[in-house]
Amino acid sequence: MIEVDIEQRLGTFDLRVAFQADAPVLGLFGRSGAGKSSVINAIAGTSSPARGRIRIGDTTLFDTRARIDVPPEKRRIGYVFQDALLFPHLTVERNLLYGHRLRSTGERFIEPTRVVQLLGLQHLLLRRPANLSGGEKQRVAIGRALLAQPRILLMDEPLASLDVPRKTEVLDYIERLRRELGIPIVYVSHSVPEITRLADTVVVLSEGRCLACGPVEEVMGRLDLRPATGRYEAGALIDARVVAHDDADQLTTLRFDGGELVVPRLEAVPGERVRTRIRARDVSLALHRPESLSILNVLRGTVVAVSDEEGAVVDVQLRVGGAIVTVRITRRSRNELGIVEGVEVYALIKAVSFDQRSVGYA
Amino acid sequence: MTQLLAPEDLGILALSLRVAIVSVVASLAPAIAVAYVLARCRFPGRTLFDAVVHLPLVLPPVVVGYALLMLLGRHGPVGSVLHDWFGIVFAFRWTGAALASAIMGFPLMVRAIRLSIEAVDRRLETAARTLGASRTRVFATVTLPLALPGIVTGSLLSFARGLGEFGATITFVSNIPGETQTLPLAIYTFTQVPGGDASALRLSLIAVVLSVAALVISEWLTRRAARASPA
Repeated sequence: MIEVDIEQRLGTFDLRVAFQADAPVLGLFGRSGAGKSSVINAIAGTSSPARGRIRIGDTTLFDTRARIDVPPEKRRIGYVFQDALLFPHLTVERNLLYGHRLRSTGERFIEPTRVVQLLGLQHLLLRRPANLSGGEKQRVAIGRALLAQPRILLMDEPLASLDVPRKTEVLDYIERLRRELGIPIVYVSHSVPEITRLADTVVVLSEGRCLACGPVEEVMGRLDLRPATGRYEAGALIDARVVAHDDADQLTTLRFDGGELVVPRLEAVPGERVRTRIRARDVSLALHRPESLSILNVLRGTVVAVSDEEGAVVDVQLRVGGAIVTVRITRRSRNELGIVEGVEVYALIKAVSFDQRSVGYA
Repeated sequence: MTQLLAPEDLGILALSLRVAIVSVVASLAPAIAVAYVLARCRFPGRTLFDAVVHLPLVLPPVVVGYALLMLLGRHGPVGSVLHDWFGIVFAFRWTGAALASAIMGFPLMVRAIRLSIEAVDRRLETAARTLGASRTRVFATVTLPLALPGIVTGSLLSFARGLGEFGATITFVSNIPGETQTLPLAIYTFTQVPGGDASALRLSLIAVVLSVAALVISEWLTRRAARASPA
């Protein structure tokens, strides 16, 4: 449980943010300059807000009214910075152990061998940071933060300065942490794919204010948040369970409360939870259940909102079971099909539009 | 030339080295402290403090020596207290020569160390604190090791300055053979007496060798430090 309620003035920038969340991974989403870094610096204790309160679990880290401001070294908050910030004069091994040896045995919950194995650092231990790739640096930085035995891990745009292959590499490792360690993570990013792949709950920040806080599927799908979340990233997130594999056709069937989805074969056992992301442009609408169709996924839903924007394109939101699916169609199709709130429609999704990246482990 | 060095040359060389080394070692800790304060702290009077630290660099050395004599002489306000309470005497002792060298080399040392502290990424210090290190520990384990090249350079500049120190030394502790007569003072003395040219030349050559050796060693140390901590 993390609870933040802070106010801070930095020059002309006015930060006033309050949220509380209890999620394995809390996403802090917003464009640059939205105040994301100010919020996590306040949580880490590297800057002090003018007024407010920060609590993690039942520990108060900061409270202006009670005059509490725990110094950063006593907060036990792991901080992974955008550019790793490894100590250049120490080997990887000594970097990893820097925080570890400052914690008493009673505070330790994870051992160096486990971290090295989890993040694949064995062959890097004797190297110096200058001889590491960007992705390796970031993995060492995550390991170093973990070994300081934190209550919570803050990640400030950990992938922002990496190229695409390195991003994927580090993202896979972060997902592994989330699955295997169960340490709460606050993940700061301006990237919708990262947030939707990792976060359970998301806080949307804009110009120093908190616009929304809630389950990631719900918040990222909201049409009214478009100015902050961006139009082109529209889509839906569905948490589903693996039902079965079809080895002959190399397909996997997933089930959620709105129906079944067929996607290309996944490396997951039946019963395992996965999260899929459906891009709005990959979905078509029909008023009747179509037949003789190459499209494998047909879901039935009810229109709950239609965006009201200028231009050729409109976004339609459907409720499918408990999930909200955003669909992008042309204005003409909307008019011809007569799509308004309350209409029952069928959403058509090609199985091939689920690529490897859009299905992850939940 | 029957002998490369006269026996008395060795005494002068040893005294000069002792004075220069002691001055460097003694000023290291205060120089690091002052450099850190100037690099990292903002406080009223900082500019004045900075100017006072740099004063020996711009004042005539004789003035510094005279000020030391006034303050630390047996009857000076500081000197009398040191003598009466602690039995410490600087005036006309080799320790006084070391003190004069230390003060003259201090601004050079502070400058080099300060520049290298300013070059240390402060976010590394922040990172260390989030990992559980107190301010003091961060200074000892992050700031200081990363500033090492500057500390080496600063020490060497101060050492070289100490070896060449003349004005402040002769004014404060005079020119006493075996006690305060360092290399430059001895060379000066030999040039003032008839037939002293050979001795002056020999000592000058020693000074040249010493300076070159110091430069080479510093270069080597700086490279080693730079290899250990690529920025």
